[in-house]
Amino acid sequence: MTIKASSVPQQVIPLAIIFAAGITGLLVIRHFLVPDTFGEHGHYRADAVDEIAALPVSYAGYQACVDCHDDIFTAKQSSFHKGLSCETCHGPAGQHVEDQDKFKPAKPHGREFCILCHGYNVSRPSGFPQILPNMHNPGKACVGCHDPHKPTTPRPPGDCSACHAGIANQKAVSHHTDLQCNTCHEVPKDHITQPRLSRAEKPTSRDICGKCHGKDATGGIEEAPRIDMASHGGRYMCWDCHYPHDPEATK
Amino acid sequence: MSPKQPSMERRDFLDSMARRLPVWMFFLSAFSPENLLAQSDSATEPPPGYDPTKHNYAMGVDIHKCIGCGRCADACKNENHVPREPFFYRTWVERYICPPEGDAIVDSPNGGIDGFPEYKGDKEVLRTYFVPKLCNHCENAPCVQVCPVGATFVSRDGVVLVDESYCVGCRYCIQACPYGARYLHPETKTADKCTFCYHRITKGLLPACVEVCPTQTRVFGEAGHRSSPIWRFMRFGNVTVLKAYLNTKPKVYYSGADMEVR
Repeated sequence: MTIKASSVPQQVIPLAIIFAAGITGLLVIRHFLVPDTFGEHGHYRADAVDEIAALPVSYAGYQACVDCHDDIFTAKQSSFHKGLSCETCHGPAGQHVEDQDKFKPAKPHGREFCILCHGYNVSRPSGFPQILPNMHNPGKACVGCHDPHKPTTPRPPGDCSACHAGIANQKAVSHHTDLQCNTCHEVPKDHITQPRLSRAEKPTSRDICGKCHGKDATGGIEEAPRIDMASHGGRYMCWDCHYPHDPEATK
Repeated sequence: MSPKQPSMERRDFLDSMARRLPVWMFFLSAFSPENLLAQSDSATEPPPGYDPTKHNYAMGVDIHKCIGCGRCADACKNENHVPREPFFYRTWVERYICPPEGDAIVDSPNGGIDGFPEYKGDKEVLRTYFVPKLCNHCENAPCVQVCPVGATFVSRDGVVLVDESYCVGCRYCIQACPYGARYLHPETKTADKCTFCYHRITKGLLPACVEVCPTQTRVFGEAGHRSSPIWRFMRFGNVTVLKAYLNTKPKVYYSGADMEVR
């Protein structure tokens, strides 16, 4: 069967050639523009992953430090700083691992560095040891008394606020400012040297508040607000509503 | 010859084309999309002994433990050569101060690197805590979706990476990220963000921020591996992700995040 030549418009042939040339050109350009490994694992250049993985490392990791400084590490592991990596304070030490003489890691001596963690800040979790920098031996270097690898002081703190600055701060401006910590907390002797092994007790019953705030209470000052312990608060503990270190905060 | 009569008859044209068919076939097959997308011969090998398909990294952040010392943000800048100016962070620490009524006050002076000044506002403080932030390495990453050139992607080990040499610096991804985790690097003019320290984790090291964290606020490991610290974190923490309603499926899990954290 023959097809009449006149059934195909004559301009289609040059157009088809132009289209074919255009598509071929695009494919050739694409071949040179699209990177070799593009699309190997997805819509990205697979080589980029290896390039990122090959970047140099600055922090060597504490394991590299332990290989040489195992004595310091062992001492540190029995102290409150056991969770710290060497490079937390000493800075990146990758270069030191490569060449011990050429690069020495930093040794922060000033108060400012320790205060970054141990300065009192209301947003820090309670129980984290914090000091008031203006009141805690101002002007003296922390390392004068505290060995950073074993930070417990040779002299036990004389005052609870040395560690519990947040609570002391709050209590100092509350109506409970004159109460000593051991009025409510039973503090074992060892607590100042081994605070986590020998914990201070917290009150467990309402009676301890009742000693001053009960209707017929005799303890404490006369101006202390009085309530009827039998009817006030129902089955709740006093500290469910009143924060004992800042009792007037509740409405 | 009149213009209406073509120089070549249709029959001749088809005949010549048919003769050249093998040439056309070869030409087209050489440039087929399959061929263009899979030229695996030239791919460089990954780090020896490292199989990305066997890993699925995740990070845990315990807000109750964070003391806001900013060592993570500092270490990140050291490790990844992030500019020191206080506008560029791969990770940073935010302070949340929640008053009894109204929205939380959130600040992050220099990412927390220099510590946090005392709160001097007039609002009463009901709750307050620190929240370390970083790229959430989403499984459904909005930044990957919007990248017009395929310069950012989720790697096979679940880390969202940026191909620095392929990024055109259009900033779409910076706009798309719901966590504000990306910035435009002022020198390379390309998008930059946390890589989970990909160059470290592929060598068996921890990310720099996790390495230096003094309170173990940040834990890092393989999601779903019993021996990984992440397992314990997910088992015992009240774990959540940021902006879960966006269905981005982050790989950074937060413990102790209350409703104000966003």
